[in-house]
Amino acid sequence: MSEPSESTVGQTADAVPPKPPRQRKLADAWRELKKAPLSAKFGLLVISAYVFVALFAPVLTPYGESEIVGSEFEEWGEKFILGTDNLGRDMLTRLLYGARNTVGIAFVTTCLAFLIGGVAGILAAALAGWVDQVLSRIIDVMMAIPALIFSLLLLTIFGTSIPVLIIIIAVLDSTRVFRLARAVSLNVVVMDYVEAARLRGEGIGWITIREVLPNIMPPLVAEFGLRFCFVFLTIAALSFLGLGIQPPTADWGSMVRDNATLITYGDVTPLLPAAAIALLTVGVNFVVDWFLHKTSGLRDEQ
Amino acid sequence: MFKLVKLVAQRLGLGVLVLFAVSLIIFLGVELLPGDLCQEIQGQAATEETVAACRKELGLDLPAATRYLNWLGNIAQGDFGVSLANQREISELIGVRLSNTLFLALVAAVISVPLALVLGILAALYRNSWFDRAINVVTLSSISFPEFFVAYILILVFSVTLGWFPSLSNVSPDTAFWDRVYRIILPATTLTLVVVAHMMRMTRAAIINLLASPYIEMANLKGMSRSHIILHHALPNAWAPIVNVIVINLAYLIVGVVVVEVVFVYPGLGQLIVDSVQKRDIPVVQACSLIFAATYVLLNLTADVLSIVTNPRLLHPR
Repeated sequence: MSEPSESTVGQTADAVPPKPPRQRKLADAWRELKKAPLSAKFGLLVISAYVFVALFAPVLTPYGESEIVGSEFEEWGEKFILGTDNLGRDMLTRLLYGARNTVGIAFVTTCLAFLIGGVAGILAAALAGWVDQVLSRIIDVMMAIPALIFSLLLLTIFGTSIPVLIIIIAVLDSTRVFRLARAVSLNVVVMDYVEAARLRGEGIGWITIREVLPNIMPPLVAEFGLRFCFVFLTIAALSFLGLGIQPPTADWGSMVRDNATLITYGDVTPLLPAAAIALLTVGVNFVVDWFLHKTSGLRDEQ
Repeated sequence: MFKLVKLVAQRLGLGVLVLFAVSLIIFLGVELLPGDLCQEIQGQAATEETVAACRKELGLDLPAATRYLNWLGNIAQGDFGVSLANQREISELIGVRLSNTLFLALVAAVISVPLALVLGILAALYRNSWFDRAINVVTLSSISFPEFFVAYILILVFSVTLGWFPSLSNVSPDTAFWDRVYRIILPATTLTLVVVAHMMRMTRAAIINLLASPYIEMANLKGMSRSHIILHHALPNAWAPIVNVIVINLAYLIVGVVVVEVVFVYPGLGQLIVDSVQKRDIPVVQACSLIFAATYVLLNLTADVLSIVTNPRLLHPR
C-alpha cells in the first residue's frame, strides 16, 4: 500500500512537469480547492475570516478589550456600532476579541487533546499487550461519564481558571481521540514496513512518528475538525454557565450570559456572540464533510 | 437462546462494573483537592483545631476505603449526605428536581424520537434528492448550534415577539399536568431540535447501509415490491441500529438538559449542579454527577442489551 497522502497527489501530478515536491503539493491543493463544493468554500472563507480577526483583533477594534467606554446597554449607533454590554464595554470590540480568546482557547485545547489521545492511541496499538489493555479500560470508564458532567465535577474540585479548563477539557476529549487513533493504527501496525522497522531495531518513538503517524493522518485531520467543534461548543457552554472562561476576558459564551436580559426586550445583540459560535462550527463542519468525502476512498482501501 | 442470555448477562455484569468504577472516580476525584474538603469549607479562617474538628465531624479521619464504602452504602439507602452551602439533606434537594428533569427529557423524547425516525427513513429512501440534501444541510447546521443559541432564538420568536409561550419555565410540584407541559414547550423544543439532527442522520446512515447489502439487492432482483422489502427484509435488521441510536440520544438528552435548564430557569437537576459548582458545594455536585452518570451508563447499557436482543442473527442461532 502506498502512503495515503501520496496516492491522491500521485495520480494527478504525473502529467505535470516535475516540480519541487512542496510546490507540486501546493499547486495540487489549489486545484482541489477550486473543485470544492460551494459549502466547503464557504466554510474555508469563514475559517480564514475568523483567523484573520483573531490575529488582528487589536488593530480592528476601536476600544480596549475590557475598557468601559459608555453607559450600560447603549443602543446600536455611530459611536458604538453594536452598542455596549452590561458594564458599558463596546460590544463590537468584545466580539472581535472573543474570536481570539474563545477560538484560541478551543484550538489550544484540541491540540492538547490530540497530543495526549493520539500518542496514547498509537502507543496502545503499537505496543499492544497489557499497555493496550490498561489504557483501553481506563478510557472505557472515563467515557462512561458524560463529558459535560465530568468537567463540571472536575471544575468544582480544581476551581475555574483558563489553564485548568484547558487541561480538563483536553484530557476528557483525548479519550475519543485515543479510540480513533488506536483503531486506525491497529490497521497500520500489522503492515510489513512497520515489522521491518521493528526488525531493524527502531525504537517505539520512531515507529510512532515516522511509520504509523503519516499513515493515519487523513482520518485524524478530519477528526481534528470535528473535535475542535465539540471542544469549542463545550467551552462555550461552560462559559455560558459561568464556569468556563472568566471575566474580564472577552468570550462569546459568557457574553451571551451577561447580556441575556436584553433578549426579553426583543434586542438581538446577545445573540450575536452565539451566532459567531454557530457560524464557525457550521463552517468547520462543512469543510470536514468535504474533506471526508475526498479521503473516503482512501478509508475504503484500508 | 442460551448464547443470547449469556451475552446479555455479560453486558449487565460489565455495566455493574462500570457503575462501580464511575462511583469510584466521582468519590476519588474529591481526594485530588489541594488540601481537603475541610480546608476548602473554612478557607482563610481555617485553624488546625477547627479543621481537625471538621474532619472528625465529616469522618474524614477514617481511611479512604472505609469512607468510600460508607458513602456508597448510604447512597444505596437514599442518603446522599448534607449540602455544604445550606446544610440541607441532599436527597431532599434532589427529589423533586430529578423528577422535573426526567419529565422534561421525557417530553423532548416523545416529540423527537418519532420525528427523527420518520425524517431519517424518508431521507434514506429519497437519497440524494433535494429533500435529502435540504435535510442534510439543516441537520449539519443544527448540530453546530450551541444549545443556548437555539434556546434564545426560540425565546425571541415565540415568547418575546409572538408571546405564545413563557420564557421562564417555573414549575412547582403542584402545577397541573397540562399547565406543566405548556410551560416546558420551549425547553422541550430546544432539546428536540438539538437531538433530532443527530438521531436522524444516524437513522439515515443505518438504513442506507442496510439497503446496500446483498440480500436487499437479491430481493430487488427477485422483483419484490419496495414496501415488502422495507418492511420484511430491511426493518427487522434495522431495529438494532435504530434502537441503539434512540437510546444513545436519550442518554444525550439527560446531559443536554443542563444548559437548557439554566436558560429557561427550569428547576431541574441541571440547574442544581451548575449552582453547586459555582458555590463549590462538593457533596451536591458529587450526588448530581453520580445520578447523571448512572442514568447515562444505564441508558447506554439498555442500548447494548436491546441491540443484542433485537439482533435476528442471535435469535435464530445455527
